[in-house]
Amino acid sequence: MIANYGYKDGSGDFFIAIDTDRCNGCGDCVPACPAGVFAVGEDLHDPLSDKPVAKVVEEHRKKLKYSCGPCKPDRNRPPLPCVQVCKPLALAHSW
Amino acid sequence: MIAAGIDIGAKTVKVVLMSDGQVLARRLVPAGLDTAGATEQAFQEALRAAKLERSQVERLLATGAGRKTCALTDREITEVGAAAKGVNHLLQSCRTVIDVGAEEGRTVRCDERGKVVDFAFNEKCAAGAGTFAEGMARALQVPLEELGPLALTSRQAVQMNAQCAVFAESEVVTLIHAKTPREDIARAVLDSIASRIISMVRKVGFEKDVALIGGMARNPGFVAALKRGLETDVFVPEEPEYVGALGAALAAAEP
Amino acid sequence: MGATLVVQETKTLSTNKEFWRWKEYRWHDETLDWKGAGVVSAGVDIGSVSSQAVILLDGKLFAFSNQRTGFDSPESANQAIQWAMDGTGLTLRNIHYTVGTGYGRVNVPFADKAITEIACHARGGNFMYGPTVRTILDMGGQDCKAIRCDEKGKVEAFLMNDKCAAGTGRGMEVFADLLSVPIEEVGDLSLSVEQEPPPVSSTCVVFAKSEAAALLRAGWPKNKVLAAYCAAMAHRVVTLLERIEVRKDFAITGGIGKNSGVVKRLEKELGLEALKSPYDSQIAGALGAALFAYTLEVKRRSS
Repeated sequence: MIANYGYKDGSGDFFIAIDTDRCNGCGDCVPACPAGVFAVGEDLHDPLSDKPVAKVVEEHRKKLKYSCGPCKPDRNRPPLPCVQVCKPLALAHSW
Repeated sequence: MIAAGIDIGAKTVKVVLMSDGQVLARRLVPAGLDTAGATEQAFQEALRAAKLERSQVERLLATGAGRKTCALTDREITEVGAAAKGVNHLLQSCRTVIDVGAEEGRTVRCDERGKVVDFAFNEKCAAGAGTFAEGMARALQVPLEELGPLALTSRQAVQMNAQCAVFAESEVVTLIHAKTPREDIARAVLDSIASRIISMVRKVGFEKDVALIGGMARNPGFVAALKRGLETDVFVPEEPEYVGALGAALAAAEP
Repeated sequence: MGATLVVQETKTLSTNKEFWRWKEYRWHDETLDWKGAGVVSAGVDIGSVSSQAVILLDGKLFAFSNQRTGFDSPESANQAIQWAMDGTGLTLRNIHYTVGTGYGRVNVPFADKAITEIACHARGGNFMYGPTVRTILDMGGQDCKAIRCDEKGKVEAFLMNDKCAAGTGRGMEVFADLLSVPIEEVGDLSLSVEQEPPPVSSTCVVFAKSEAAALLRAGWPKNKVLAAYCAAMAHRVVTLLERIEVRKDFAITGGIGKNSGVVKRLEKELGLEALKSPYDSQIAGALGAALFAYTLEVKRRSS
């Protein structure tokens, strides 16, 4: 499943999409993120599955614009550490 | 040479009249239902207070959300430019200006001459600026100007989960119902706004000295939360809501 | 379905100034006898605005209740299930498995498990609208969810926005209050305009409210202001849906599913008609929860 975490408000769309079919639960994204946006655990939206997958933690879900801010300067934006470290290419940002 | 700066904000219109680097008069009028009328009123009142005729004002610059539709002039300066200029006049050592008004929050990095080096906005979402506080003051049933002093009496930090002004109002009502002390809720509200402003500030980074202007600078609880979150001292000018207009007037007077 | 859906009992509507109030009610199927059921399962959906409880007998709909959530989630859960059981002779002891869902799912004291609303809405939607449904839009009290599922009601993609009031019931309540229009009348009133006005430009409910107040002062009638707001909400929701790719068939659950002003404009922009169901759109979450409860109880017994 494609799990879209984040929100849309007056100032824009801020979603991180995690493809839980591609995600292998390796957890590389967890330390790669300087803000601690990710965690790996039970797929809460698929109650009949046992496979651990990555997700955006509750603390950051509604503040993503701010949480991801330091990695997204307006000019000369470098590649995002979380996307770079994900070997199965399960992570994508909407902004 | 007499110059005027007009800051047409979402809630209030501010006018500053200057001559040779000295402020002659300043006026603030609620924008209300008729912004154009309020602008005219503020300008006239300022002229009266400075004992000047309209014709004596040689230069005029508008800034603020309504700067493009100001009937008094078609010359404008961005809020960011005006903020940097205004604060630089008051505190030359300032390198970061945080401007939190009713509907927008801004951070501006400037150099020793008040020239803008970098900036960021919080816009289009009421949770990013002062309007958030208004709704919560209403839910707490305290006048807006008492929200800050009330927050300062809090001895316990409480977490607010809502990141939306509408949802936060419901959350405040729930907290009241759960018998959370009002001062703790007030503090949580201001900490919440401060946290969003600080995230915006950190995105472009900040350098001392740091100044806070705009309507929210009048809120001591918010100022305290900002200092706490940034872990640095924050300079608040005496009349923080006029600094934009001041900056516009200074820019108008420039050759 | 065995019996016609008849509202048996309603709590009286308050008459003064509570424009957000909508009818609360319960129902049960008098033709079914729970004593003969193999598995009695329940689902309780505690939302931040409304709470529902659904009871199934061997996977068949038996009873449900729908009411405003109180300040205390556990208490709301108790009230929801009690009201659903009212008049049936059922007590909590007769229920074999309960699943809690919604914002308050961890606060359902008698639940055996908590399952997210995303999973439950997909499952519930599949039951209510049939196995052809692939895209479900749930517009609840304080959130907006777009879910794509397969023919079994398993989630394939989702997006949930519970950060911002725009596109949620609370956002609509702010407008109902501003215009002094009871929330249940908002939809039809907004459709009574002769010509569609341009939508309000602000997405933010707080700024849209100021915009609407200015429009009223400029002489716009209520129905035109409501039309402008419903149009803005519908468009906003479409952009959320597009992020998960809309596929036929399409269904709408949740409270705003009953707001014709938003639904009709949404359908128009999507070019898709929403499926209809004989069941109330607000019970989808609790229904899905009760279905999971049934599956989990059967699994438990066979292990």
